[in-house]
Amino acid sequence: MCGIAGLIHRGSSANIGHELTAMLQALKHRGSDSAGFALYGHPQPDHYVMRFKVAEQEDLKSGFSIHEQMLKRKSTVDQRMTEIGAKLESQEQATEYAYRYLFAYDGKLRRLADYIEDVEGAEILSIGHALELVKDLGDANRVSSQYQLGAFEGSHAIGHTRMATESNVDICSAHPYWAYPFHDVAVVHNGQLTNYWGKRRELERRGHRFMSNCDSELIAVYLADRMDRGDELEEGMNRSITELDGVFTYVVATADSLGMAKDVMAAKPMVLYEGDDFIALASEEVAIRSIFPHEIDTYDPYEGEVRVWQS
Amino acid sequence: MAKLKQDNASYRLGMHTEQLVGRTQQIFFSPEEAQNFTCPDAYDVDFDKRTQFDATDMDIKAINLKIRALMSEGYGTIAVQNPGARHSLGVGILNRLQLIFEGSLGYFGVGLIDGPNVRITGRVGWSCAENMLAGTVVVEKNAGSCFGAAIRGGDLVCKGDVGARTGIDQKGGTILVGGRAGAFTGFMMQRGRIIILGDAGRNLGDAMYDGIIYVGGKIASLGTDAVPAEMTDLDSAWLSPKLGMYGLNTPNGVENMQKIVAGKQLWNYDNLEPVEKKIVL
Repeated sequence: MCGIAGLIHRGSSANIGHELTAMLQALKHRGSDSAGFALYGHPQPDHYVMRFKVAEQEDLKSGFSIHEQMLKRKSTVDQRMTEIGAKLESQEQATEYAYRYLFAYDGKLRRLADYIEDVEGAEILSIGHALELVKDLGDANRVSSQYQLGAFEGSHAIGHTRMATESNVDICSAHPYWAYPFHDVAVVHNGQLTNYWGKRRELERRGHRFMSNCDSELIAVYLADRMDRGDELEEGMNRSITELDGVFTYVVATADSLGMAKDVMAAKPMVLYEGDDFIALASEEVAIRSIFPHEIDTYDPYEGEVRVWQS
Repeated sequence: MAKLKQDNASYRLGMHTEQLVGRTQQIFFSPEEAQNFTCPDAYDVDFDKRTQFDATDMDIKAINLKIRALMSEGYGTIAVQNPGARHSLGVGILNRLQLIFEGSLGYFGVGLIDGPNVRITGRVGWSCAENMLAGTVVVEKNAGSCFGAAIRGGDLVCKGDVGARTGIDQKGGTILVGGRAGAFTGFMMQRGRIIILGDAGRNLGDAMYDGIIYVGGKIASLGTDAVPAEMTDLDSAWLSPKLGMYGLNTPNGVENMQKIVAGKQLWNYDNLEPVEKKIVL
């Protein structure tokens, strides 16, 4: 059991970091092994924001040498970015092992991503013009406070609170998942895909790589692949209802859109509030009510339903 | 004589046609009620004694304990303001009571109840009134999935739309839906009636043992062993007043609703030959 949530302000921006933190914290009872945020700030068309880590939290307990190793890994990432032609504009260290880079780059994103992830221990969490993906162990309040997300301004966001059932309790297995190497696409998911390996092999044959063995990552890569092949987001999502097998409800975000899809069994929950200029959705209404204390009209999307909203 | 007429009517409606066996089934379905049940947490209350409280800053346990404390003081009409979509509110009430939630409930609202009349002015989450034995629950807005899971009696009403698996494992009582219902509504229902005034989702009545589902709108698809049946005057005569009790109506008239019952081919599934099993499924 995991909790998923999403929100989008249409035509405006707001303090989405604070809003999503409140929503995810209200879903803490659905799992508090880890929490993750995919936040869409003000788009920077000439720059990318990259969030990456050079170790897992657990690695810090492995001995004194890990601190030196992390510095070496970061240094190698910097060196490789320079080699490949990326111009670093600014960098911030969110934790001892997590970084936020702002850089300019006009080459192929896959080449850059592959080169950086070739560094042992380095994992890119996201690259995007607007997307910033943050995930770590603990509940939403802890992660939000650790990465100072409380004041993050933007148009839309998705998030996840995780109860680990089939993979490790670590940052790599936490949600959301970025659709490597497509910029600005992220997914959170509640459910299980039963044709995961078949679909994964199909996507790997098309040249995609996976960082985890988590079925949620497959949805992100699948949708990005569909869009890369010319599908609109909604078209790709509709296709996923028939091509992905299992029980699932997922929320996907791109640079300017938020979407949700529910499988034909409708076995996983989702509650939706749809106002004129603001949409919020979550596994439980109590999450939406954490930002709307007053009574609101909500409903459950139906089986096989796909919805997409633009920011 | 009146009893005979009632038995006859229920048989003609397609109800009570199978003899359920097993200790649990006998306890719940024996008309003689051989065992005398006692409800240690039941309270003697006065409907005219009314009170209300604001639940804004209360946690779930505190709200439920407050309702219990008020019942123990004899309050028979209790209004809970600002329930805030919290889970598991109003559960396990085993006596008469007028209970009003001024707002929305989360998961498992008013489950395991036996007798109260509940009105919820907002929406309810998953599994509202699960295992309800008797009483009425009226939801003014929408409901999540598993609405009325395994209810055994009473009337459960949602004036808006309901999610998937409404009336799953229903063993009695009536579920009324003013809007549309999601996939697998009536999944494995064993008795009772479901009335859907809007459209019904895929696999309606999948693997239903018995009971009746009435649908006013379109049916996306029927589930395994769910079959259409002919609407009779008796059906209409029962439906009209039932809908009227809750201010509901169907624009095309109850006589034009679709009636779905169990084909009863799955009853002896284990005894079927492999070829016959394929035919049933």
